[in-house]
Amino acid sequence: MTENKNTVIIKFFALVREQIGLDEITETITDNETLDELKRRIEAKGDNFALALSGPVVMACNQTMVDGTHTINYGDEIAFFPPVTGG
Amino acid sequence: MNSHLTFSSLDLNQLNSDFNADLGGAGASVTFTGFVRDFNVKGKLDGLELEHYPGMTENALQELANKSRAKFHCLRLVVVHRVGKIENHEPIVWVGAASHHRQSAFDAAMYTMDVLKQSVPLWKKEWMDGKAIWVDAKDSDKIAASRW
Repeated sequence: MTENKNTVIIKFFALVREQIGLDEITETITDNETLDELKRRIEAKGDNFALALSGPVVMACNQTMVDGTHTINYGDEIAFFPPVTGG
Repeated sequence: MNSHLTFSSLDLNQLNSDFNADLGGAGASVTFTGFVRDFNVKGKLDGLELEHYPGMTENALQELANKSRAKFHCLRLVVVHRVGKIENHEPIVWVGAASHHRQSAFDAAMYTMDVLKQSVPLWKKEWMDGKAIWVDAKDSDKIAASRW
């Protein structure tokens, strides 16, 4: 079996995780893909994905919050989650 | 004494004692404790749960403490936050800020709490009548953080 290196791990937290029903997925990405582009592809995977990502969603790349224009690299750890509510 | 997350109850006496030990030239030590409320606008609550992003949350908490310490020239600044299931009235977050003068210690504690509520990946879920509801982020918290 050949390992596919053109992938990223996408993690989901809190309400986003519950609505999607998964902790994380692995997704193949294209060269120079942005987080907004990746998010649109994830939303198209099904109603549960579209619902989870339809509201205010914060994005992180390699455990740092970034905006949707951020360009993804192979092997990155991406995360989608609701605005934070600690404290 | 380092900033950290914990699944265990916060021992406020121990935190205060550890924080205030050997403070050197500090002229002021301000501490803040946040507690779990037993109500929201819909009625009585039965505790809450805090979810976090392992790795990112710990790093974000430490980065916030470092930034706050530097911004307000504190001698010591520590943040401790609970995660997991927390009962009503239990401490959920503790901040200690020590500096030469009181104004910077008060400001550092305020800044730390305001920015924590915007930048540290933690999510509250409130329990009511056997059901758990995720807490929405508040506009007032966003405004509070933006003033810094």
